[in-house]
Amino acid sequence: MHGSLVVWDVLPMPLFESNDLFSLRRRPPQEKLVDQGFRQLSIVLASIVGLVLLGILLTVLSGAHQAITTFGLRFITTSDWDPVGNNYGAFTAIYGTLVTSILALVIAVPLGVGTAIFITENLIPLWLRQALGLMVELLAAIPSVVLGLWAIFVMEPFLRPLLEALHVYLGWIPLFSTTAQGPGVAPAILILVVMILPIITAISRDSLQQVPPELRQAAYGVGTTRWGAILRVILPAAVSGITGGVMLALGRAMGETMAVTMIIGNSNNFSWSLLAPGNTISSMLANQFGEADGFQVSALMYAALVLMVLTLVVNILAQWVVRRLSLKYS
Amino acid sequence: MTSTTSPLPTQKPSFSRSSLRLNSSLGRNRWNQFFTVVAAVFAVLAVLPLVLVLGYVLVKGGTLLSIRLLTELPPPPGLEGGGIGNAIIGTIVVTLVASLIAIPVGVGGGIYLAEYSRSGWFAQFVRFGTNVLSGVPSIICGVFIYGLIVSTRLFFGQSYSAMAGGVALSVLMLPTVIKTTDEALKLVPQELRWGAIGIGASRFVTITRITLPAAFTPIATGVVLGIARAAGETAPLIFTALFSPFWAEGLFNPIATMSVLIFNFAIMPYEAQIALAWAASFVLVVMILAANLFARWLGRFARA
Repeated sequence: MHGSLVVWDVLPMPLFESNDLFSLRRRPPQEKLVDQGFRQLSIVLASIVGLVLLGILLTVLSGAHQAITTFGLRFITTSDWDPVGNNYGAFTAIYGTLVTSILALVIAVPLGVGTAIFITENLIPLWLRQALGLMVELLAAIPSVVLGLWAIFVMEPFLRPLLEALHVYLGWIPLFSTTAQGPGVAPAILILVVMILPIITAISRDSLQQVPPELRQAAYGVGTTRWGAILRVILPAAVSGITGGVMLALGRAMGETMAVTMIIGNSNNFSWSLLAPGNTISSMLANQFGEADGFQVSALMYAALVLMVLTLVVNILAQWVVRRLSLKYS
Repeated sequence: MTSTTSPLPTQKPSFSRSSLRLNSSLGRNRWNQFFTVVAAVFAVLAVLPLVLVLGYVLVKGGTLLSIRLLTELPPPPGLEGGGIGNAIIGTIVVTLVASLIAIPVGVGGGIYLAEYSRSGWFAQFVRFGTNVLSGVPSIICGVFIYGLIVSTRLFFGQSYSAMAGGVALSVLMLPTVIKTTDEALKLVPQELRWGAIGIGASRFVTITRITLPAAFTPIATGVVLGIARAAGETAPLIFTALFSPFWAEGLFNPIATMSVLIFNFAIMPYEAQIALAWAASFVLVVMILAANLFARWLGRFARA
């Protein structure tokens, strides 16, 4: 900028003489202090995440210590929950957690991926697709306790004749071997479907949109139909992202508490039937933690530890799968 | 759909034009239509719960809405009338406490990730931890705060308190705030930073005066979404903030919140309580949807 000025000024003067334009201004110490302090502060704030994780792990582990030493792995395989005799086994709850989340996934994956395809394809006008996408995302914003309230008073009474019919006609299958008498595992599965649908739809939509358009063009070019391209080319290309989303949804379903607690019936008696009341780890925690004391707290902490390990494994697997996708297309 | 179609008829000099017309009775076109219908049905099924839940909450809760409902205390079990005034205030208080903790910590952590160490081992660890933390079930956050604050009576010998509930919710909000800050700051063009450093600004001034303001809208969008999510959470509150049938008595006593009120009253056998649960759902859902739509509206400015 001051190129001409430099020549004019410098030439008559000795080179080492200080000049206002070019002299180095030392940064004042307080500025350096603020700069360093801010950096240190941000490091401290960032490390809080690690501290919280560590805190969660330590709190749950130390709380569960007593129960772990007493029951060991027997806790996972037995299903008596007896606060009076202080004998605890969480098999019913662990089974409930797994069966509700996996069956919810089985229903929600086709629905969610189908919806994602429908709103990424140009089958309907753009504004309608955006409206559908917005509605699915808003569904994710509805608090789970409100969904639980709706499930108790609207969904379950509406579905009860249907579930009873399941028992009448398919009662010979162990899964439908009891009558539907209100709260139970089946309505809990359905409300879980509603809760994880937005996650699956959103992540599937993102992965489908990331598939390079050239793949589709090439598929159309060799003469396939729209669904030929979707099923044979686009879905396989997006499958790792969708799998990651499905795993995340599984983690969410396993930890989901309120809606499930309100509709599952909270019974610790083990039953194969989906129409009977059951329990999940999180619903057991929600129901009993407030009133528990002494050894029962320790047993509940142990159950919480099992839930944590389950969700942790699923979530880390999900992250791993998602990372593989981002390597592929970026 | 099958890629092996019959070979081109070689005996004819030119192909027949009729093969260019869409023959909808072909197997593959039939399948095409079938899948389109299936996808449409799935999309309708996916949206149906939202319509039904919103419809029920708006109708059942909206018809109960009155000034009394918003300003009075819930009635004792078995009595009529009353309102959810204390729960509305409680939800605001607890969410405020959570925001006051989670926003500074989260934005600070996000600044570290995006501005100071994008790919160092510690930054990678923090990012991984953030993802893990966002996957921790909300009930576990409650168990954690119960073990850390409630059972140890950390705050002035009080066990259950609004403060404990707020801290539990802040644990839940933290990953959201860190992630959005990190992502938003990464989107700020590198030239802005170079420009600021080039005219002699320190790192601190560059971040607080240049990059943070440039990333304000996306951060605000994420923070509003995080607050909306926290406001509707119940699981971390049921054994930290507990519930109270009275007006809030400071930060260090149990406090009523709308979400816990819905949970407690929904399973009571009294009509009045169930009606209040619907009313609280209405207020909560309207607040949360408004916050979501507000965040979306904010997000528009980020793209412009």
